[in-house]
Amino acid sequence: MIGLTHYLVVAAILFTMGVLGIFLNRKNLIVILMAIELILLAVNLNLVAFAGFLHDLVGQVFAMFVLTVAAGEAAIGLAILVIYFRGRGTIAVDDVNRMKG
Amino acid sequence: MNMAADFAMVLPEEILSAAAILLMLVAAWGGQQVTRLVSIVSVFVLFGAGIALLGPASYGGSAFSGLFRADAFAAFCKVLIYGASAVAIIMAPDFFGRTSGDDLRPEYPILILLSAIGSGMMVSAGDLLTLYVGLELQSLSAYVLASFMRRDSRSGEAGLKYFVLGALASGILLYGISLVYGFSGSTLFADIAQAYAGGRSPGLLFGLVFIFAGIAFKLAAVPFHMWTPDVYEGAPTPVTAFFASAQKVSAMAMGIRVAVEAMGPALADWRQIVIFASMASIILGAVGAIGQQNIKRLLAYSSINNVGFTLVGLAAGTAQGVSAVLFYLTIYVVMTLGSFLVVLQMRDADGQQLETMASLSGLSRTRPGLALAMAMFMFSLAGIPPLLGFNAKLAVFDAAVQAGLFPLAVIGFAASVIGAYYYLRVVKVMYFDEPAHSFAPGDRVEGGLIALSAAFVSPLGWLLLAPLGAWTLTAAQSLF
Repeated sequence: MIGLTHYLVVAAILFTMGVLGIFLNRKNLIVILMAIELILLAVNLNLVAFAGFLHDLVGQVFAMFVLTVAAGEAAIGLAILVIYFRGRGTIAVDDVNRMKG
Repeated sequence: MNMAADFAMVLPEEILSAAAILLMLVAAWGGQQVTRLVSIVSVFVLFGAGIALLGPASYGGSAFSGLFRADAFAAFCKVLIYGASAVAIIMAPDFFGRTSGDDLRPEYPILILLSAIGSGMMVSAGDLLTLYVGLELQSLSAYVLASFMRRDSRSGEAGLKYFVLGALASGILLYGISLVYGFSGSTLFADIAQAYAGGRSPGLLFGLVFIFAGIAFKLAAVPFHMWTPDVYEGAPTPVTAFFASAQKVSAMAMGIRVAVEAMGPALADWRQIVIFASMASIILGAVGAIGQQNIKRLLAYSSINNVGFTLVGLAAGTAQGVSAVLFYLTIYVVMTLGSFLVVLQMRDADGQQLETMASLSGLSRTRPGLALAMAMFMFSLAGIPPLLGFNAKLAVFDAAVQAGLFPLAVIGFAASVIGAYYYLRVVKVMYFDEPAHSFAPGDRVEGGLIALSAAFVSPLGWLLLAPLGAWTLTAAQSLF
């Protein structure tokens, strides 16, 4: 039988992978966008699992809002990435260093 | 609850949203030529929304089954947010007009309006869902604003860094929200407070830690401050001023509301986090600013430092503490906007923007009025009487001492002495170094705003202390 704990553990693993994906990735900015999506999906899994467990609709509604906002966030993220690429001609993480201090 | 009463309580948000949508259509229709019109209308709309705060928006209580709060606290913060947004719109045309490369586009005032709506929803949130949607509306507009100068590679980099770390912060906050929802069974602040009062499960504690980490990110409090200097340096100066004023107010107000209304019974738990973040921000903000040569980076560290002082008031966890935070924020917003307006005046003969500390040298001889105003903002930020910055610091430390947090107050005092060093360095460069360049003559509106902010932080501002203190106290008491 699969209980609430299983869902929470999977979500926690996904969340950790997402956070590590942002900090350990040294190659490509697109991977960072994917890691952000992973974090948001982990949260959604949590919300839906709790909603099912509590027999409460709020969690599912919340998950819908998160999905919508995530779509907008991805669109804006890619747009900023395009602007950045036009200016610099690269999307390698190590090259994001015009400003330091 | 009847629907009409609910809608009357969100009148400022309605005005702003309707105006933002209409202006977007005007901008799409008219293109580049309508920029000036859209900017002027946006400032008036912000003013109108401020007037609408006099209505049920400031005393209505809770609307939409508790999702939205219309109380004196929210109204006070919205006044600051709308005011700072209006200044950010007013200072933009001159900046974009003079810098080579990008022109101001009509999207700029519209994005500021949208960000102001989001900030307003954050400070009025009565539910985690409202809080999240408000926060995202504010942040998504802010990411675009940071990368607004499309041909400037620093602006693009600032937008990118802000986006990645902001999205990470939202993710962390959301993870906390999901845990709090799961272990308390509700997203309404009132129900969550009951869950915290009824004993603390590990899930609720984890949720609290994640939510505070997310708030600290948005607030740029140490240890989640690393994006601040880069974003503040790279973003266009009017946008930086907006981030340092309106966004700080909304993030701080959101933090206060979550801490007091949703997690009030867990005071002992979140106080540890707030005390740590506060001390670390004060010390790191002061030490980090010492070596900075770029004036925008210096002001970024100064904002980290000031966030630490406001958190001292929150750590007290009392109505007096919250009132002190609001008092501090009001004075801080005026000082910050004033300093950024002075930074905007730093232009060489061709009108190009200068940002290095060295270009300020000898300002007292080339532009004595400007140098005097900047010196007043710096002395005030350092907390030297008789300027108002001193009263702000006194208020938060008083609240902390009343709540029994002596060590925090002592460390705060010690660190503000370190902080005084770099503020005074700016004054030294302006008054004792050989003049470098003379700046291009300034704009009359900006000069007026600088004079106004300088008058506010000067001893003349003492006349306002009593009404301001009474107002912040009413605002703070509406939370408890």
